[in-house]
Amino acid sequence: MTNKSRLFNKERLEITINRLCHQLIENHNNFENTVLIGLQPRGIYFLDRIKKNINKILKKEIETGILDTTFYRDDFRSNEIPQARETFIPFLVDDKNVVIIDDVLFTGRTVRSAMEGIMNFGRPQKIELLVLIDRKYTRDIPVEPTYCGIKINTITSDRIEVNLAEQGFDNDNIWIINK
Amino acid sequence: MKKLLSKDLLGIRNLSVEEINLIFDTADKFKEVLNRPIKKVPSLRHLTIANVFFENSTRTKLSFELAQKRLSADVINFSSSVSSVKKGESLLDTINNILVMKVDMIVMRHPNPGAPHFVAKNIEASVVNAGDGTHEHPTQALLDSYTIREKFGNIKNKKIAIIGDISHSRVAISNIYALQKLGAKVMLCGPSTLIPKHINSMGVEIENNIENALKWCDVANVLRIQLERQNNKFFPSLREYSLYYGINKKLLEKINKNIIIMHPGPINRGVELNSDVADSNNSIILDQVENGVAIRMAVMYLLSLNKG
Repeated sequence: MTNKSRLFNKERLEITINRLCHQLIENHNNFENTVLIGLQPRGIYFLDRIKKNINKILKKEIETGILDTTFYRDDFRSNEIPQARETFIPFLVDDKNVVIIDDVLFTGRTVRSAMEGIMNFGRPQKIELLVLIDRKYTRDIPVEPTYCGIKINTITSDRIEVNLAEQGFDNDNIWIINK
Repeated sequence: MKKLLSKDLLGIRNLSVEEINLIFDTADKFKEVLNRPIKKVPSLRHLTIANVFFENSTRTKLSFELAQKRLSADVINFSSSVSSVKKGESLLDTINNILVMKVDMIVMRHPNPGAPHFVAKNIEASVVNAGDGTHEHPTQALLDSYTIREKFGNIKNKKIAIIGDISHSRVAISNIYALQKLGAKVMLCGPSTLIPKHINSMGVEIENNIENALKWCDVANVLRIQLERQNNKFFPSLREYSLYYGINKKLLEKINKNIIIMHPGPINRGVELNSDVADSNNSIILDQVENGVAIRMAVMYLLSLNKG
């Protein structure tokens, strides 16, 4: 039997994103040497929300970019490979603190390929990872988030469904589906 | 995701509009990669690709090889002039000898039309046609259309004149297929001795007067006079050809219209194109060369997805 339960609604998501923004500011002060990079496809929506929020709090524009990891994936020979999407990183990351932003941390493989992709734009001083949802016990690679919205216990067959207003849904809703 | 339907890219004729657009969209992403500080992605690190050239080539071979290296593939090069072909080895034997060394993809140029099709039918590895005789040169046509699309944003209803030696041109044939599939109108222009008799069955307009062709078109794709294939005197002299069909600044000023100039290279300067046109702001010849790498990356990347 399929069981669907809600992890986030609009209000809850706003509170969590707000908290993550304050954690980022706590560690990166005025973002002078820090850039945020959102991962395609859904990480870019969170990047956008976080950017707007931090811009409002700090009253300044912070530098951001978006990265598509398709060309760096290690499951290239499987048939699951998605179509490549846009990458836009209009700056060098040399000696910068880079915060990777994504929606869900699952096996860790996307983050591994993202780190490889980011290295093509220079040698960052430091890379951190911010995820909205950390799925525990499903990691293939030893990757852990620096900032995390919520940690949940899942098994591999579980699925996270992310429905955001930016994708055309009426409201923000994030569900976990157990099969 | 969307994929190419065949394991090979042998010509434009059998490609669908969706496939062409998929190649263009993927090339957009690779063009971005080519502008990064490190212009390399690991996507094809598991593949070995052989460039098998039975006919001379400079830019196509360089472009393919660079594309392969940008995708992290292992590359081997074969050139017929320094190989056992000279000792009488058959085409399929040569290819099979390369394949047995665990090669996954063949990029092939051959003077005989259909040679890549014959090879593709007989082997499991992917084959990319890099020009077969006077038949097709699909990656050149793709990069030409891609460059026009980049310039105008859209190809539909654009008027493209292909000017010069159509008879000996695989670039012309592939271009006609690609442009028509993408909704452009195509005119061929050249001396009637260099325009094949039944080419109007492809739905193109024919014009023998260059001034009329230039007045009609938005883009002039000027082909090279293939000096190596002119044994049967198709026109009296290069000087006469240049006089009647050469494009120079004076001619363009007389027409007084903003025409984009393309050329697949190498240019015979002073014959089909004068330097004052080839190097002008209206020329997108170097954009074509730059886009060639991105297009070839896209083609090989997409074909490699089909191998699973």
